Amino acid sequence: MAKEIICAGFGGQGVLTAGMLLINAGMEQNKNVLFYPSYGSEMRGGTANCTVKISENLIASPVSKSPDILFTMNTPAIDKFEERVKPGGLLLVNSSIVPADRSYRSDIQVIKVPVTEIAAEENNPKGANLVMLGALAANSDLFSIEYMESAIVSFFEKKGKGKFNEKNTACYRRGVEGR
Amino acid sequence: MAKVLLKGNEALAEAALAAGCRFYSGYPITPQTEILEYLSWRMEEVGGEFIQAESELAGINMVLGAAAAGARALTTSSGPGFSLKQEGISYLVASDLPAVIVDVMRIGTGLGDIAQGQGDYWQLTRGGGHGDYHTLVLAPASVQENADMMAEAFDLAEKYRHPVLIASDAAIGQMIEAVEIPEFREHDINKYEWTIKGCKKGCEQRKIQNVYYTNPNYETYLKEKYDEMEREEQRYENVCVEDAEVVLVAYGISSRVCREAVETARAEGFKLGMIRPITLWPFPVKAFSEAKEAKAFLTVEMNILGQMMDDVKLATNANYAVDHYGSIFEIPEADGIIAKAKDMWKKGEI
Amino acid sequence: MRLAAPETVTFTQSGFCPGCGHGLAVRLIAEVMEEMGLSEKLLAVVDVACGSLNIDSWRFDTIMAAHGRPIATAVGVKKVRPGNLVMAYIGDGAAYSIGMAETMHTALRNDNVVALVINNSLYGMTGGQCAPTSLPGQITTSTPKGKDPKKAGMPFRVEEAFTGFDIAYLARASMADAKGMIQAKKYVRKAFEKHRNGEGFCLVELLSPCPTNLNMTPVKSVRRIKDEMIPYFPLGEFKDKKREE
Repeated sequence: MAKEIICAGFGGQGVLTAGMLLINAGMEQNKNVLFYPSYGSEMRGGTANCTVKISENLIASPVSKSPDILFTMNTPAIDKFEERVKPGGLLLVNSSIVPADRSYRSDIQVIKVPVTEIAAEENNPKGANLVMLGALAANSDLFSIEYMESAIVSFFEKKGKGKFNEKNTACYRRGVEGR
Repeated sequence: MAKVLLKGNEALAEAALAAGCRFYSGYPITPQTEILEYLSWRMEEVGGEFIQAESELAGINMVLGAAAAGARALTTSSGPGFSLKQEGISYLVASDLPAVIVDVMRIGTGLGDIAQGQGDYWQLTRGGGHGDYHTLVLAPASVQENADMMAEAFDLAEKYRHPVLIASDAAIGQMIEAVEIPEFREHDINKYEWTIKGCKKGCEQRKIQNVYYTNPNYETYLKEKYDEMEREEQRYENVCVEDAEVVLVAYGISSRVCREAVETARAEGFKLGMIRPITLWPFPVKAFSEAKEAKAFLTVEMNILGQMMDDVKLATNANYAVDHYGSIFEIPEADGIIAKAKDMWKKGEI
Repeated sequence: MRLAAPETVTFTQSGFCPGCGHGLAVRLIAEVMEEMGLSEKLLAVVDVACGSLNIDSWRFDTIMAAHGRPIATAVGVKKVRPGNLVMAYIGDGAAYSIGMAETMHTALRNDNVVALVINNSLYGMTGGQCAPTSLPGQITTSTPKGKDPKKAGMPFRVEEAFTGFDIAYLARASMADAKGMIQAKKYVRKAFEKHRNGEGFCLVELLSPCPTNLNMTPVKSVRRIKDEMIPYFPLGEFKDKKREE
């Protein structure tokens, strides 16, 4: 079955990069992968989101009506997409930003990680998305924790940004720990 | 070559270069702009010419000049911009010139909107510009096909000395998938005698103009050209059509959802099938002979009027119920398609 | 003075009206090409209007492009065949009305093509309608009471609009008499020399008679150029950018 993920947050929080990291990981396992960004005027106003699908089979629509995983980096992303999450699905929440007293659907698993703070502690403020990817790997069966890390490393190497990998994997590992 | 992650628009642009395209002129319009942006830097790397034209009109007419001079020439647009290209497409046809024109479809009439759509079917398959013509139209359904169809489009354009259109859409253009770019091929601008290159003393002058002027048998020539295209170039993919009781007909992004609908319906015991036209013109009439058990045909298109229904009725001699499952702004969903197909099937039983 | 026409003039049956200026321009271009030894290098793009008949009047490889688009088409040709000379041959309606955007942006980019613009102050092929170059008071089939500048504007003078562009060459000559033809030939040759040297966009406008649509004899039509057109459309070179060494 296809795994469907929606990544959403403010522009600059790395949600599109997170999506790209996920499909790159899928592609390197020879799976079918698809990434669908919001584009055009939808991009204006500072919010960004993308849909990611990873499957052994052919992928149909680029749109996800009921994602298995919702990867959010801010409150508006939860407001917009929480109701779509598949019952039993996973919601990843950035507790550095989202109020602690917010309530969530009871039929989904909610994992709260202070990803913005962790990334700042690691002196890698742009690595908040990688912290969240660590949390994703630790709380889902999409990819093993080790494989996801190696796919992140190879993604940045392909982009000629391998020199940041030490800092990046530090963020990722904090996300796996969840704190 | 290893697979890479590319946006549909970028894969199409890179594949055009791989197919030997060395001339591009276009104008920005969402959702095809990435093609122009990509070629703005990449064309130079392969030694080709890129021009951001002042308008779609200028862009297509630059392509006409480049094609007459022997280059594999490309222009791309969407919706309103594609309408402006029609003048040049009509002239390309009239002048027997090969070129590839991509329409990354968006929804709507007039300005419409930038969301994915499939509302240009009539314009793509019925000529689109003034006069009496068709163009070959290829409809990719994935990023890989966006890449694979470029070389095929240029080859067909040269085979028939005729423009070839690619009917992509915003979803395929904007999505990223893993893709293998075909190997690079060289194209020789002197490959064909008819391309303008300078008239040597005592040689026959080359004239690129309406074939009405240059070919006294133009009526037969044109009729035979279109007949041959209809005979030789129908391309399609049939999915579970032979025993299907209701057959979906869909191309491009909609066909992907229909494939899912067929699988889901069959798992429930409902014999659904799909004909996927890969050439929109010539319409793949041949595909329909396989539908021996069909009671009804349902087109699935991202438009309001069900533009492809006419072609389905013609392909089935108007002997079957034909209906349309339409969606605008949103990509159609399998559940809705199956429900409508079942509804048609029930009516067919009565 | 030699009288034999260049090899590249065909002398096939021509569709030009008696007294038309296009035939003069054809010979002029052919002579310049012959004298420069570049007849086999020229690629021409003609408009679909009266100038389209040139496709049969000369032996250059030629495209007949859409109305108003020959300059854009010529740009496409030149990019693919930089080793050839490329000329767009068009009327004033194509250059300054329907194709104004193409003319201007080619000038803006200083693309290396030659534009020869035949200015006869009206639309010839469609039967003599008002053009951007029609003179105030000029009777045409679409200004039966005479062109009213308050409605249609004053005649378009290319030098007023185009000298600000960083182009290689801009000139106007008349084809009304031998003196004018000598000047015209000089300008056309200069344009092609600059073009050959890769200096950029060269536009030469040639004032041309159209007896048929002006309802005049050929002689009167030529006299009109001298008496009425030249006072409004001054002859000369307006832009002659020296080649950057």
